[in-house]
Amino acid sequence: MTTAEERKSNGIGKDLGIYACLLVLAGLQFVIAYQKIGASQMFGRMLTVACVEAGLAALYFMHLWTEKRGFLLFVAIFTIAVLLGLQFGWTDSTRMVVGAPFSK
Amino acid sequence: MSQADSTLEGPVTGLTIGPAFSIPTKKLAMWLFIIADTMTFAACLVAYGFLRNGSADWPRPFHSITNVAAMTLILLTSSLTMLVGLRAARAGDKAAAFRWTMITAAAGIIFAMLHVREWLGLIGEGMTLFKNPWGTGLFGASFFSITGLHLTHVTGGVIALVVVGVRYKGGRYNADDIEVLGLYWHFVDLVWMFVVPLVYLLNLAH
Repeated sequence: MTTAEERKSNGIGKDLGIYACLLVLAGLQFVIAYQKIGASQMFGRMLTVACVEAGLAALYFMHLWTEKRGFLLFVAIFTIAVLLGLQFGWTDSTRMVVGAPFSK
Repeated sequence: MSQADSTLEGPVTGLTIGPAFSIPTKKLAMWLFIIADTMTFAACLVAYGFLRNGSADWPRPFHSITNVAAMTLILLTSSLTMLVGLRAARAGDKAAAFRWTMITAAAGIIFAMLHVREWLGLIGEGMTLFKNPWGTGLFGASFFSITGLHLTHVTGGVIALVVVGVRYKGGRYNADDIEVLGLYWHFVDLVWMFVVPLVYLLNLAH
């Protein structure tokens, strides 16, 4: 494929390094799960770690970093835009708790 | 070349040669599938968050992280073995590429078995799609939907790994096909990074 030569120059050491980072980050999520913090704070921390993990996996394991910049931007912008678009319902979700009877 | 030829061939050649983003067609198709599948999983996880946020008695049934930690380790490691297999395929080492692809498939099977074991444990405790002993019945529906969707992807991935691996060994497929399949497998791993904290770790019984 188009970027094979670029990848060939990177050794297995880089893959192992990313793998180790992902293991540490995954472990960090388990540590956060046992912290004495609020649910929303825990959610925020875990989601942040998950986003970093996903970014590493997409950029290096899926080789997005070595693709054309235009494609990288296409994937990133399109995906993030739709993910943000999915967040419209949160205020209504909170209203369900406050405004029974829906939560019962 | 006549003027008519040059005016016809010039623009037409420019339009038809060269895939979008200079990416091979199969790889681009897989990326488009992955983007679409991201929306599917994201919609499920957002709907799950919506329900969790909107339910006062959301259950926290998980007492141990051992099983989910083992599943995470296995899936992450399978991504590494997939990369090693691709590297071998790129180097032209067919035997090693096939071996690592099959090791990746085996890791996927172990992951699926652990997943099923966990499901059976929860079902044994009285959890179904619509009710459970701990709280709102919505938990079972969302848990089985999200983890089931992911398990379906893993199962499909394992089948694809075996098929592509065998065909690669037989000479019908090449390293590009291993790479395209690798994209899918890494995506399955990537999704798990969000499923674990949102579905499992936030529902640990403290």
